[in-house]
Amino acid sequence: MKYAYYPGCSLHSTGAEYDESFRAICNKMEITLDEIPDWVCCGTLPAHSSSKLLSVSLPIKNLALAEAMGHREVVVPCAACYSRFKKALYETEHDGELATEVNGIIEDEYKGSVNVIHPLEAFDGIDHNIIKKHIVRDISNLKVVCYYGCLLTRPPKVMNFDNSEYPMIMDKIAETAGATVLDWSYKTDCCGGSIALSETDMVLELCHYILEEADAVGADAIIVACPLCHSNLDNRQPEIDAKYYIEHKVPILYFSQLIGLAFGMKPEELGLHKHFISADSLL
Amino acid sequence: MNLTPTLSFAEEIRKRSGEDVNLCYQCGRCSAGCPTSYIMDVVPHRLIHSIRLGREEFILGSKTMWLCASCETCSTRCPRDIDIAKIMDNLKILSVEKGIKTPVPEVSAFYSSALNSIRRFGRIHELSMVTEIKLKTHQFMRDLKLGLQMMRMGKIKLLPETNATRRGIVRDIFANVKKREKGQ
Repeated sequence: MKYAYYPGCSLHSTGAEYDESFRAICNKMEITLDEIPDWVCCGTLPAHSSSKLLSVSLPIKNLALAEAMGHREVVVPCAACYSRFKKALYETEHDGELATEVNGIIEDEYKGSVNVIHPLEAFDGIDHNIIKKHIVRDISNLKVVCYYGCLLTRPPKVMNFDNSEYPMIMDKIAETAGATVLDWSYKTDCCGGSIALSETDMVLELCHYILEEADAVGADAIIVACPLCHSNLDNRQPEIDAKYYIEHKVPILYFSQLIGLAFGMKPEELGLHKHFISADSLL
Repeated sequence: MNLTPTLSFAEEIRKRSGEDVNLCYQCGRCSAGCPTSYIMDVVPHRLIHSIRLGREEFILGSKTMWLCASCETCSTRCPRDIDIAKIMDNLKILSVEKGIKTPVPEVSAFYSSALNSIRRFGRIHELSMVTEIKLKTHQFMRDLKLGLQMMRMGKIKLLPETNATRRGIVRDIFANVKKREKGQ
């Protein structure tokens, strides 16, 4: 299997371990990721808050680059990038004039042949035996909750990604990897996302609720699929603990790291040492 | 005091966003599900109603759209299928166009610094972006310890990932967008 790969800015910096662990498990499963060499930022929240044309043009340019490489599918692991790609496609597919205008802006022509998929969709779509046959380690003693956040599922008419209030796709994959997956009610609540840089107190409060609920259902770790969720829940956990006089110490793992653990990979291959809250208790 | 609703503002929002606020029947579901409504001065369903009433100055001066986290819970749950998050985006754009001073300067400092980073390098470079935010907001100590720890972990890079091709791509896109928006 071969996909074009769009890591996005976060996976090359604040979410480096998501990139490392995703590449590592793909390598094991013989999935080839062909990174678009000169991909540019999708524009994320600052672009769609400032200019519709800019917010649509940046993702479409990246799709045109993947198309020119001859790819039909691009894997986008960052939930924020994935959301912007799907929105740009939705907008241009529903507005022919906009599509023409965007081609003029990017000085390129996107013919619309590239499908945007999230790694969870890619894994959901393949035979789960491909995952199972690499499992060498029993992780059934590990109790986890899956946290999807906002951008993977909302709004459903654009994203078309599992149920928008109670998705199961990540739960199923964590189960396939062998973990004990717990039910909880905070799957799609918001962590505050990139507003953390400007409204930190609010983000601390939203993340506090999420950590509290994970504790309440008895989870050993929270599994995520978005570098923004990870940053807020992991990097800011010491701040949250200090603010609310509590000691959570909940490790936050990317689903790719969880699968990598089941594959028997070393913690450093999966970037587990790059977390603020140590995952040592799970190893 | 003008008691007659100014319908033109709702029309302006419809033209920009494609969303019709007159479909709203004030159920309040958007405000109920909004994770940040507790710090907003005008909660989302009130904001939508204010657009119908044409209270342009009141709306564009509010903090609401600047505190929106774009989680899109409102747009997902609206029984009238109004994309409220899209209206929030358009209110931010409109208020900048009208030169209204934002009541939440930290958020607009983040937006402009991130866009500058993209325009300069093609990809966001966290270190220079955060430095620019600090220069704009004068909050030099904020997240300093966190940032240093992230640098030690290799999660924030010293130098931007850039080259002539990427710079060329974003330079053209930003310039072409500006040209078209000015022409409107």
